[in-house]
Amino acid sequence: MAKRVEATGVTAYYGSFKAIDNINLTVDPKTVTAVIGPSGCGKSTFLRSINRLHEVLPGARVEGRLTIDDENIYDKDVDVTAVRRMIGMVFQRPNPFPTMSIFDNAVAGLRLNGIRRKSVLQEAAEKALRSANLWDEVKDRLNKPGAGLSGGQQQRLCIARTIAVEPQVVLMDEPCSALDPISTLAIEDLMFKLKDRYTIIIVTHNMQQAARVSDRTAFFSIEKTGDPGRLIEYDRTQKIFNSPGEKKTEDYITGRFG
Amino acid sequence: MTAPAGGPGQDPQLRVRRLSPFVLVGVAVVAFGVAAALCYGVGIGGWVLTIVIGLVLYLAGAFVAVNRVEGRRAARNTVWGTLIQLAFVLALVPLISVIYTLISKGTERLDVNFFTTSLNNIGARDPEGGAVHAIIGTLEQVAIAAVITIPLGVLAAIYIVEYGRGRFTFVIRFFVDVMTGIPSIIAGLFILSFWVLIISPIYNNGQPSFSGFAAALALSVLMLPTIVRSTEEMLRLVPAPLREGSYALGVPKWKTILKVVIPTALPGIVTGVMLAIARAAGETAPVLLVAGGSAAVNINPFNNNQSSLSLFVFQQASDASRFSPARAWTAALTLVALVLILTITAKLVAGRNRIRR
Repeated sequence: MAKRVEATGVTAYYGSFKAIDNINLTVDPKTVTAVIGPSGCGKSTFLRSINRLHEVLPGARVEGRLTIDDENIYDKDVDVTAVRRMIGMVFQRPNPFPTMSIFDNAVAGLRLNGIRRKSVLQEAAEKALRSANLWDEVKDRLNKPGAGLSGGQQQRLCIARTIAVEPQVVLMDEPCSALDPISTLAIEDLMFKLKDRYTIIIVTHNMQQAARVSDRTAFFSIEKTGDPGRLIEYDRTQKIFNSPGEKKTEDYITGRFG
Repeated sequence: MTAPAGGPGQDPQLRVRRLSPFVLVGVAVVAFGVAAALCYGVGIGGWVLTIVIGLVLYLAGAFVAVNRVEGRRAARNTVWGTLIQLAFVLALVPLISVIYTLISKGTERLDVNFFTTSLNNIGARDPEGGAVHAIIGTLEQVAIAAVITIPLGVLAAIYIVEYGRGRFTFVIRFFVDVMTGIPSIIAGLFILSFWVLIISPIYNNGQPSFSGFAAALALSVLMLPTIVRSTEEMLRLVPAPLREGSYALGVPKWKTILKVVIPTALPGIVTGVMLAIARAAGETAPVLLVAGGSAAVNINPFNNNQSSLSLFVFQQASDASRFSPARAWTAALTLVALVLILTITAKLVAGRNRIRR
C-alpha cells in the first residue's frame, strides 16, 4: 500500500514567480512527515506538486523529479488522474461536495471513477467512514447532506472520501487549521491509525501538532518576500525540535522568527 | 447641549431615551393634514401632490422629533430607513399594477372557447375567437429555441470558464457581450435575410417561406448570450476547492465538471435559462418579421406562417374590432401564466435532486 515519495530538485512556478526552489527530500512509507515553515514559504505549493494539483492553476508549472516508488510522476507519459488516485489529498477547509449526501461524498471517488455496484459502494463507504472515525456519528443519516455536518465531521468526511479510493500516499494541507481542539485531536488520532497503511505528509502551522504526530519534519523557509521557498532542514522530528542543526530552524521553532 | 457621550476615551452611553412610536404617527397625521389642506385648500394640486408634500413634511418632522429625543444618528437612521422602505413600496407599485390589470382585464375572455379556437374565419363582428394557434406557435418556437440554445449556451459557458485561456476566450466573451445588446428587431432582420430569404427557398420550391422555425432561430440569437453569461457567472461561483477536491480523488476534469461543478451551479443555471426563455417568449418583432403571423392553426413549425402569443397580443390590441382588446388581455394573461408555470416547473425539477439541510 504505502509508497516512498522522493523529491529531487523540485522547483515550482506560478507564471514567472518561483515559489519553491530545488527541494530534495525522501519520505519513507508508513510514516508521518510534517512540513512546517512561515507563511508563503511554499509548503502548500510543495504538497500540491506531489499529486500534480499545482499545475491546475493557470500558468503554474513544476520542474524536477518526483518519484513514487521510483516512478517519476512528472514523466510525459504519466496519466495525471492515475497519479491523483494514488495520492489523495485533504484540504485546509473541509470541502465536501454540497450536492451530495454523506454516503455519496464518502464514495464520490469510487463512483466518479466508474464503480456502480451498490454492494461494493456500501461496503467501501462503511469501511472508509469507520477508518475516518466517523461511522458511529453518521451511520443513521447517510443520506443527509455532507454540508450539514459540523466542521470537524466534514473534515473527517473528506478524509473518508480520500481513503475510500485506497491511495498510497495521503497529503494533508493544514487539515486542522479550521477546526476546534477536540476535532483536531480526533484527526490527529486518525493520523496515527492511518500511518499503518499510508504514507502521510502534512503541512501545518501548529508546531505542537507537528511534534505530536510526525516521525520526520521538514522545515521550509524564505529569505524575504518574493524569494522562493527552500528546504532548510529535514530530519527526525525529535531532532528538529530538540537539537536542530540549523540556526534558522531553531529561531523558527523557538518563536524568534516567523 | 453638552458634549455627546461616547467620544474617544469616554465610556459609551449605553442607555438612551427612546421616542414613542406614537409621536411619529402624530407627525405623519399632521404632515399629511397640512399637505392636504395646502393642496385642496389653496387648490394647487390633487392627491399626488398631497402625498409628495406630506412625505417631505413627514421626513422633516420625523427628523426634528427624533433628533431632539434620540440624537442626530438616530434621526438620520429614521429618515434613511423611511426612504428605503418607500423605495421598496415604489418598486412594488408597477408590479402589482401589472398583475392587477392583467387579471382584471384578462378574465373577461378566459373561457374554453379562447383555448380551443383560433382566429380563423373570425370577423370584426364576431365576439368569439381564440388564441390556440398563438399558444401552439409560442410553445413550438420557444421549445425549438431552447433546444438550440441551452446546450450551446451552457457548453460555451463551460468552455469559457473551465477550458478557455488567452485571446480566443477573450474574443468569445467580447462578442457574447456585444450580442447581449442586440435589439430584437436586428435579430429578426438577420434571420429574415439569412434564413427566410436565402435558406428557405432551397426547401420550398424556390419561394422564400416564413416559418415558426425561423422565429425560433431569431429567438435563439437573443437567448444565447443571456444563457452564456448567466451560466458563466454561476460556474465561476463554484469554489475552486470543490474542483480540486474532485481532482485529488483522481476524477478526470470532464467528469468533475459534469458531476461536481454543474450540479453545484444548477439552480443558478436554471434561473438564467428561465430568464432567457421568458424574454424570448415575450419577443414580438422577430416573430412578426420572420414567421409572419397567422390567424389559423399551423402545427408545422418548419413551413408557412405561424403566430405567437406576443404577436397575437400586438395584433389584437391594434385591431379595430371592439372584441379584440379583450382577446389581447387574455392572451397577455396566458403568456404571463405560461412563463410562470415554466419557471416553477424548472425550479422544481432543478431542486428535486438537491439535498437540503
